[in-house]
Amino acid sequence: MNIEEYKGVFVFIEQLDGHCMGVGYELIGKGKVLAKDRNTEVTAVVLGKDLKAAAKKLAEYGADKVIVVDDPALETYMTEPYTHALTEVVMAKKPEIVLYGATAIGRDMAPRVSARVHTGLTADCTGLDISADDNPLGGGHLMMTRPAFGGNIMATIMCPEFRPQMATVRPGVMQRQTPDEKLTCPVEEFKVPGLAERRNVEILDIIKKVSDRMDIMDAKILVSGGRGMGDPANFKILEELAAELGHATISSSRAAVDAGWQPKDRQVGQTGKTVRPNLYIACGISGAIQHLAGMEESELIIAINKDPGAPIFEVADFGVVGDVLKIVPLFTEAVKKLKDSKEA
Amino acid sequence: MNVIVCIKQVPDTNEVKLNPETGTLIRDGVPSIINPDDKAGLEAALRLKDIHGAKVTVISMGPPQADAALREALAMGADEAVLVTDRLFGGADTWAPSSALASAIRKFPYDLIITGRQAIDGDTAQVGPQIAEHLKLPNISYAEEVEVKDGYITVKRQYEDRYHMIKAKLPCLITALAELNPPRYMTPGRIFDAYREMEVKTLTRADLDVETSNIGLKGSPTRVFKSFTKGVKGKGTVVTMDPQESANWLVDRLTEKFIL
Repeated sequence: MNIEEYKGVFVFIEQLDGHCMGVGYELIGKGKVLAKDRNTEVTAVVLGKDLKAAAKKLAEYGADKVIVVDDPALETYMTEPYTHALTEVVMAKKPEIVLYGATAIGRDMAPRVSARVHTGLTADCTGLDISADDNPLGGGHLMMTRPAFGGNIMATIMCPEFRPQMATVRPGVMQRQTPDEKLTCPVEEFKVPGLAERRNVEILDIIKKVSDRMDIMDAKILVSGGRGMGDPANFKILEELAAELGHATISSSRAAVDAGWQPKDRQVGQTGKTVRPNLYIACGISGAIQHLAGMEESELIIAINKDPGAPIFEVADFGVVGDVLKIVPLFTEAVKKLKDSKEA
Repeated sequence: MNVIVCIKQVPDTNEVKLNPETGTLIRDGVPSIINPDDKAGLEAALRLKDIHGAKVTVISMGPPQADAALREALAMGADEAVLVTDRLFGGADTWAPSSALASAIRKFPYDLIITGRQAIDGDTAQVGPQIAEHLKLPNISYAEEVEVKDGYITVKRQYEDRYHMIKAKLPCLITALAELNPPRYMTPGRIFDAYREMEVKTLTRADLDVETSNIGLKGSPTRVFKSFTKGVKGKGTVVTMDPQESANWLVDRLTEKFIL
């Protein structure tokens, strides 16, 4: 393999019901930084049906080029047609880097694409850089940093002899750039024949999970509860605090999800979601490493816990030792009083 | 019907702790377990055995100690156990193990292959789909419910905000979520059989039809450049006051930071 033939940063953009998923914009943002280091461009690749509006959005978020594979067989995600279509794009265009979101789609498709083209894939990355010239494995390669052992250690992985270098990246970790409606870029329609015949499974039904609550990855403020809340009914005081703070919702630790107190979509951590809100308030959460892995990048962290030795205090900017059930309602009350006084 | 379940023996990462002084992992005394997603997959296979009389073969790749995980699977009800082990397999990423496991699987008849979604030590979720790729089979990941009928499998496949009900013709590979079903316990009678009567077959490098360039470190495109523990960030302010003072103190801090 002549790795010099491979050029450019590709990001795979996931779409659901015709809308690009947020992680795709984050990948473009990170891809720009990597492309600049490599003196190359970022190409967003999107598969689906009727993708004109999606392609325009990708330009606004900074893509230098968009490749669309527009085909009725790609309307809804299925492993084989998607794998085949992306493999064809990769084989034809020979990018040096391909990034995917570490989502239920990306983590299914990227392993198959990487095995099909016989290259390496690093899963669930939280950091991406380009190696310096004095790196013992060589300069100009992608350095992919990811948590392992349930977030207990970090490992930096490289793929120096194979191309493309492939990585899945955890949603919520990379920064998207502010979209600019004036930005446009060339859009290439890439045709892949015979995709319909590639379908080897049948989708009988699609069942959407309904949640009337804000996604924890979209919230500016998260009020998060753990085992220390003592009882599922006590999450009500967290709901009240969130309502008073605004742009806020509640999340929880794995312990509270495993206990059945909160649904899985609320879970923050290595096996849950990675969040980086402006403010994270950890209530009755001890701070197991696997939890910290999902929230320690939050801008400001407040912890309330009765155990002064709880590891959560190691990452908290402001910590209060005490009874969460007593402090939170008073905290809510104090926030309300302050807001009222400002309005008066 | 023949069902093959791939299981991995992993350290119970919930039990791994960091030494706060040195920032290194404390692995002493951390128990080895069957990876939770894999164990849910094994349970799914055992239910197919209960319903359809399927024959369940468990395959594990790992060091000789992984024998314990396979004996546990036998004691839960698996019919046959295979350990794929060789020092040549060590130090690999996911490309090489998936290729070796696919080659081991080819030695047995199968209608359905079940792997866990991901192992709790590596969390890559790559080996299942990559085995399917090497065997040129369809795969359905993130299975939360499964049903097998008349040569077809129907899977409730989890996504972030939805499920797909997916039907595929066997043979096929699925990756199981821990939520798929709670695994059964070993029974005393089966524990006795698993350790005294039943055999764990061993396959080594020589038994597998894979090219040397595709195994172990040599067959792995990726390299671990370095591993490290995350540095502890500067500790913030921690106070102990009565509840009302605490609440006021927090509001003052948020005002200071322009959040309120």
